[in-house]
Amino acid sequence: MGGGHGETISVTLRVWRQDGPDEPGRFDVHHQTISTDASFLEMLDLLNEELNAAGEEPVAFESDCREGICGTCGVMINGRAHGPQKATATCQLHMREFSDGDEIVIEPFRAAGFPVVRDLAVDRSPLDRIIEAGGYISVGTGAASDANLTPVPKVAADQAFDAAACIGCGACVAACPNSAAQLFTSAKIGHLGLLPQGQAERWSRTETMVETMEEYFGSCTNHGECSEACPKEISLDFIAFMNRDYIKAKVRNRALTGQH
Amino acid sequence: MAQTTEQRYRVAPVRSRGREWPFPLNLYQSAVGRKWVMALTGMGLIGFVLIHMVGNLHVYEGPARMYEYAESLRTIGGGLVPEGGVLWLMRLGLLTMFVVHLHSAITLSRMSGNSSEKAGRISGAKKYEGGRDHIAATFASRTMRWTGPIIALFVLFHLADLTWGWWLGGDFVPGDPYHNVAESLGYLPVAIIYVVANIALAWHIFHGAWSMFQSLGVNNPRYNHLRRTLATTLAGLILVGNLSFPILAQAGLIDEDGRMCPVGEVEGNACLAEQGHGAAATGHGTDSTGSVSP
Ligand code: HEM
Ligand code: SF4
Ligand code: FES
Repeated sequence: MGGGHGETISVTLRVWRQDGPDEPGRFDVHHQTISTDASFLEMLDLLNEELNAAGEEPVAFESDCREGICGTCGVMINGRAHGPQKATATCQLHMREFSDGDEIVIEPFRAAGFPVVRDLAVDRSPLDRIIEAGGYISVGTGAASDANLTPVPKVAADQAFDAAACIGCGACVAACPNSAAQLFTSAKIGHLGLLPQGQAERWSRTETMVETMEEYFGSCTNHGECSEACPKEISLDFIAFMNRDYIKAKVRNRALTGQH
Repeated sequence: MAQTTEQRYRVAPVRSRGREWPFPLNLYQSAVGRKWVMALTGMGLIGFVLIHMVGNLHVYEGPARMYEYAESLRTIGGGLVPEGGVLWLMRLGLLTMFVVHLHSAITLSRMSGNSSEKAGRISGAKKYEGGRDHIAATFASRTMRWTGPIIALFVLFHLADLTWGWWLGGDFVPGDPYHNVAESLGYLPVAIIYVVANIALAWHIFHGAWSMFQSLGVNNPRYNHLRRTLATTLAGLILVGNLSFPILAQAGLIDEDGRMCPVGEVEGNACLAEQGHGAAATGHGTDSTGSVSP
């Protein structure tokens, strides 16, 4: 942990630059002097202002809410997804996590399923493909039903809520040595599969989401790096839940039980 | 969701799913299902390793009891099945588990490999310039793809050594495991191979016995902390038991200094059989029957 409040530190940035998906990449080196109160992304904003002023291309990176809830941001900082602070998205990271004189290597999230669009921006749309495959519940619309019509046990509600905290940032894939997307997919499956509203499609959802996931991502070896990197600290227990449901879904004769 | 802007192009799947096989073969088609099979076969292999280790402790009871133990493996099933029948069935099951475990390990590793390559400037395993801390992954979990092949090679070595007697040559006596163990493990280079391989095996089980619960989806927050304890205990037991053989052989505890029976397939084994059965019949330990190794 670096400087305290209101200090100014100098850091050396090694930033990944890549002009397009099929272009070769390189590291550019920049020196920044910055307040420890600045956020990490503000530091990159300031860098980009300087680059703009000098007539150079700014560094492409993604962000939106900048308060850790949308899942748009995310870069590798010194080899760690979302940087050194636990349970924190890149946008919530502050420069006080660094010390004067530090070298900071900034790279995109890497996986074959996350091709680089430009610089630090990667295309995480395969996660959307997984959601499209079943990460929803189908409800017949009509008059709104009474609130609390469907009782949900407290523990189930709590667990489902823990899973629902996933913001879809993809840090789990980036941190995983296997580029597996188990934590993301299991969070989505667990979130719906634990609630009464999600039961009708529970087995078909698990099957299609897992199989779509496997078209893009690697095979889990239970390292646990994902959960460590996750800004929402999603638990590995959801992965076990997903594995169990996947086998059950396959074994169950869904045609017979009318759950296809 | 992650992507709020309009998609310029679709990221192509890294692999396509192909036609689904009939149940239950389709389980093996998916990585999650294959990992489930890998966990089951791994569990079976752990069971074998454990029983194998405990059974081999008979070596500390001397040549006659070791002979009797080996003989009893051949006669499992009593008179109902041909002699050695059940043993061969078990061998077949073991071989199947081994081959399936290996096949799943290799194919899933390859799948992870090609999910990580093409990921920018680095091909093959995913690496970041900024280094990787491996915050959660243990040394054991990261070396499964090393300890696994070490075990596989060792198994071949071990079979050639004590089952087929390839290099003991004339010193190899079929049916007299005590003699063969003493002969082979008494040779330092061989003992070293056994030590190294069994450390790799324990290492493999240290991660494997934990990991298999995740893969099987056996998960209950009330008992989850016990998984680590169980994996450590299993790995520890197997390590201590299996390492004792080469180490004590080197220390001279498994030798034939006080052996009463001659060494030889016909005469020697007949003598061992008589001693062993005598011991079992009278209910006495080995000492009373004259085989005096510890
Ligand atoms: C007696 C021998 C063996 C035993 C007792 C054993 C046991 C296990 C167990 C219990 C697992 C956990 C499965 C899971 O994660 O769900 C496992 C995983 C694995 N095994 Fe084995 N195994 C043996 C031999 C081998 C061999 C010969 C190879 C290799 C070539 C191998 C390679 C692997 C790999 C790569 C994994 C996956 C690692 C991971 O999930 O991180 N194993 N093994
Ligand atoms: S599980 Fe965590 S790391 Fe993975 S996408 Fe969701 S919030 Fe991000
Ligand atoms: S910008 Fe929304 S989570 Fe970081």
